[in-house]
Amino acid sequence: MSGGHDYPHESTGVETRKLGMWVFLSTEILFFGTLITTFMIFKGRDFPGMKLTDVYDIPFTSVSSFVLLMSSLTMVLAHNALENEDQEKTRVWLLATAMLGSVFLAGQIYEFTEFYHKGFELSTNIFSSTFYVLTGFHGLHVFIGVVFLIGLWIIGQRQKGLSLDSGFNLEFIALYWHFVDIVWIVLFTVVYLI
Amino acid sequence: MTKIIEPDKQTNIFRRPSSEYGIWSWITTVDHKKIGIMYGYAAFFFLLIGGLEALVLRIQLAQPDNNFLSAAEYNAMFTMHGTTMVFLAIMPISAAFFNYLLPLQIGARDVAFPRLNALSFWIWVFGGLFLYSTFVFGTAGAPEGGYLAEEVGWLGNAPNGGWFGYQPNAGFKYSPGTAMDYWAIGLQILGISSLVSAFNFIVTILNMRTQGMRLMRMPVFTWMTFAVAFLLAFSLPIIAIALFYVTFDRQFGTTFFLTEGGGDPVLWQHLFWLFGHPEVYILILPAFGIVSEILPTFSRKPLFGYPAIVFAGFGIAFIGFGVWAHHMFASAISPVAQAGFGISTMIIAVPTGVKIFNWLGTIWGGKLNLKTPMLFALGFIGMFVIGGLSGVTHSVVPADTQQTDTYYIVAHFHYVLFGGAMFGIFAGLYYWFPKVWGKMYNETLGQIHFWTMLIGFNLTFGPMHWLGLQGQVRRTWVYAEETNLGFWNLIVSIGAFIIALSILIFMANWMYSKRKGEKAPFDPWDARTIEWTIPSPTPVWNFSKAPHVKALDDFWHAKYDEDEEGRAVRRDSADALLAQLEEEGLNPEEEIELPNPSYYPFVLSSGLPFLGYAVIYKSIPLALIGVVLILVGSFGWATEPLEEEFRSEEEE
Repeated sequence: MSGGHDYPHESTGVETRKLGMWVFLSTEILFFGTLITTFMIFKGRDFPGMKLTDVYDIPFTSVSSFVLLMSSLTMVLAHNALENEDQEKTRVWLLATAMLGSVFLAGQIYEFTEFYHKGFELSTNIFSSTFYVLTGFHGLHVFIGVVFLIGLWIIGQRQKGLSLDSGFNLEFIALYWHFVDIVWIVLFTVVYLI
Repeated sequence: MTKIIEPDKQTNIFRRPSSEYGIWSWITTVDHKKIGIMYGYAAFFFLLIGGLEALVLRIQLAQPDNNFLSAAEYNAMFTMHGTTMVFLAIMPISAAFFNYLLPLQIGARDVAFPRLNALSFWIWVFGGLFLYSTFVFGTAGAPEGGYLAEEVGWLGNAPNGGWFGYQPNAGFKYSPGTAMDYWAIGLQILGISSLVSAFNFIVTILNMRTQGMRLMRMPVFTWMTFAVAFLLAFSLPIIAIALFYVTFDRQFGTTFFLTEGGGDPVLWQHLFWLFGHPEVYILILPAFGIVSEILPTFSRKPLFGYPAIVFAGFGIAFIGFGVWAHHMFASAISPVAQAGFGISTMIIAVPTGVKIFNWLGTIWGGKLNLKTPMLFALGFIGMFVIGGLSGVTHSVVPADTQQTDTYYIVAHFHYVLFGGAMFGIFAGLYYWFPKVWGKMYNETLGQIHFWTMLIGFNLTFGPMHWLGLQGQVRRTWVYAEETNLGFWNLIVSIGAFIIALSILIFMANWMYSKRKGEKAPFDPWDARTIEWTIPSPTPVWNFSKAPHVKALDDFWHAKYDEDEEGRAVRRDSADALLAQLEEEGLNPEEEIELPNPSYYPFVLSSGLPFLGYAVIYKSIPLALIGVVLILVGSFGWATEPLEEEFRSEEEE
């Protein structure tokens, strides 16, 4: 009963916010898992009307996928720069990551508009509904990620700059960002390639 | 003593709140105990509303061919009764227990993310208000040529597609009004709340345990909280997506669940029950945890088979994800799937049985102290076993096909969720009453409450078994006189009012004892776990210094030793220890920093209903209000430190 004074803050040794992010990402797997499962269930069905194969443009989407993958690289560079306490470089790489993410989003908006003009609308049939909702939710995740990155960049402008162990943390946003990237790899394969 | 922290400068949008009393102290609080109490009261309020809805249903069904309610109103009432009891009553009352007790049981100052905890509470409140605003703003609407075309009163403005919202009945074609949108978006908001609290509890249990509180030394209630948090975290994303599909179908013309565009209504059932069955365990596991605390304390014996109970809890949680289709035996699923889910449903009875036998093993040969919490815990075991056994009968597919949509099913799940979850919750409310309020409840009134509730409960739900087997179908507003179902329906309705009476007795006891009750000692039950080592009511700072836990049931071992025959013998030092603990608990040696209150959880969550209305009414201004509130909330939150760096005395 009696005993120590110090409150141990991390029984597992993993930083609490980071652990929270891991738990959050594990539920995101179920979130995207449900979306992907729905997409796969309907993909194999026979239903009259336009199909995804009638509209998509694989070379274009491959390029924007490449852009998103490169943003993971710049994210790692930003994290590395912060570990070396180089605030200047951290901000540059953060902004680069946000820019690459925005390019990907712009590509998605362009793609959606193209499809729409070809007559492949949200309510056309089950194939278009599952496509837009699945990739749209991923796009929303990328958008939120970009907002986080820009927020981090703005906070980084302050006198004391960013640090790895306080407040709105770069490391935990990086986890989120990489996760959203990995989800895209799965989505690109499932939606476009197979 | 703790120091009141005065923020010395305005760090971001609003000045840091500092009120300690009055309404603002509650709105801005991040203290897990205050949040727990707010959860409890708000959930009890919704429990009363859900109860009133049930009474209205029972008045309608008390006589054959009754016309107290119209069909439309009846549909709205049973939908809201189910939705309210699941999402706005039992889940949040469990959350009240989690919030209040979890940090105390693992020896922590607060949860891992105190502001996130406030956020999940306020999101839940706004979600509940949003859902109930359907009575004011919603419309049920009438499908062309449907019976709903008759005029309906305000009661009929509520969602009317059942708490399960089966498609396409709950789609825009058959439910053209806005009520089902309120339902879909309301549940979405409530889901966010539970999801956020699940992250918080998982991280709290993993990371905030005090020294020596290894996983296998945690109280069973904490273990069950852990299991529930995992269930929430992995089942809510599924229903979130399904509800998004519903909203898209209703608002944006997609056809996820409509065959017209290639969609599939059975997919909704799969997604709903893939969430809905784990949800059943989300409702019942907290009660398992509560009785696992109460039975050993009032039997004066250790919990029989602690590891077995813990692993059985996780076994239930895990298998709970593999039984969902037993809700769908009457739907279009293949015979192989029916056989598979029938078998998995039988298998899940095994870990549940393990728990029952362990509880019986705990009270076997114990020195039973039949106080109100113990009575409710014993009542829980009895009623839950009845509900569990009728549940196993549903795993037999041919029998289940016969029972589907009859009152037999209604009887079954009320024995599990009322006889199980609610009895467990009442046991817990009495058990921890002294810890929360520092007063004792009135034992006589408590026992009267137990017996009236037990009698009323069995009169209400017992006869439903044979009503169902005789063929009375659920969700139907009338039955004909010639069916001869009138007598037992009348008994059921009388039982429902006896339950209402017992709830009034409970409320009277609660309000009286909270003010005028005897002062409670800090360990009134000679309990076993460390939340009883601190003063009652719990001080703001919980533990004056971090407890050092050396064993399972640490507090018991500090008070009792074993003689050669294994009997518990009170240590000579026990009384001195208690006196010392009380002294230490009220007077911490060091200054304790606690997280500061914050406006932002409230601000952020107040934006969500606006987004909901914006989707329903396709209104850009409402959406902007919602987005602005959420942005202000998150920006302020992100730039506000959890604990203000306060001026130390020397500097002043």
